[in-house]
Amino acid sequence: MKSLAELRAIRERMEKQIDLRESGDDRIRVVVGMATCGIAAGARPVLNAFLEEVNKRDLKNVTVSQTGCIGVCRLEPIVEVYVPGQEKVTYVKMTPDKVASIVSEHLVNGRVVEEYTIGAAE
Amino acid sequence: MKEIALYTLDIAQNSITAQAKRLEITLAEEGNTITLTIADNGKGMSRSLLARVSDPFTTTRTTRKMGLGLPLLRMAAEQTGGSLTIRSTEGVGTTVEAVFRADHIDCPPVGDMGGSITLLLQGAPELELIYTHRLGTDQIGLDTRQLREELGEGISLAEPEVVLWVRDYLQEQEALLRDNKGMKA
Repeated sequence: MKSLAELRAIRERMEKQIDLRESGDDRIRVVVGMATCGIAAGARPVLNAFLEEVNKRDLKNVTVSQTGCIGVCRLEPIVEVYVPGQEKVTYVKMTPDKVASIVSEHLVNGRVVEEYTIGAAE
Repeated sequence: MKEIALYTLDIAQNSITAQAKRLEITLAEEGNTITLTIADNGKGMSRSLLARVSDPFTTTRTTRKMGLGLPLLRMAAEQTGGSLTIRSTEGVGTTVEAVFRADHIDCPPVGDMGGSITLLLQGAPELELIYTHRLGTDQIGLDTRQLREELGEGISLAEPEVVLWVRDYLQEQEALLRDNKGMKA
């Protein structure tokens, strides 16, 4: 059974490496739409899957965050990826099983997964 | 929405938008009713906004003319024979209370409350959040002040490792509550 004291171990581990997490403009941002439309369409497991992948791969240069309604509710769950210096990429109709390939291909190797983008869906 | 937990995630974001610093989420399952209460200390609503707020063509955002969060929750609660009550005072905060009749065929399952509470924190890691889930005489919960005591000032509740730990912790607590092993209220 988990206890709150385990957080102290996480804290000790993180404090040793806290400077390693990069900050500033060179971070990749993953933004998940979490308004009524996104949540109803299944954004919660998608966001969870991103957090799990980013944590598993220990990607220090990636921030996962939430936003409101992006405006194309019928294509939710929607995830936007901002790589510094590049055009925003919008992934639509997301599911948790699409997440691993977006993390490994796009976030790590820099290759957009075209088949999941809004361009391929429209 | 398929779960009461998903309504919770949706409606509680209104509190964050209303600049709440403190949020109390209580889910009480007692006999035949499930009561979800979301109480914040955000900026509250004027009387005229409060009167219109369950209308899907009312919203405070400027990008679109509709807002479906509260109307959907009202519909979900009322179609089980339950109700939705919203109390709000400008400058003080807002409390939303949804009552579901658990034995009605249209009553959604409670669902993954741990997952929803965790993602609320991931989106608003500065929030003071007190979550309580009561089931009969048992209860479990989470208070972010206790989490911060363990974590210290320097580590955000939005760190993926922390988020995932809180999720696993809450899901374990929820499972214990279901198995009737939660702490006595």
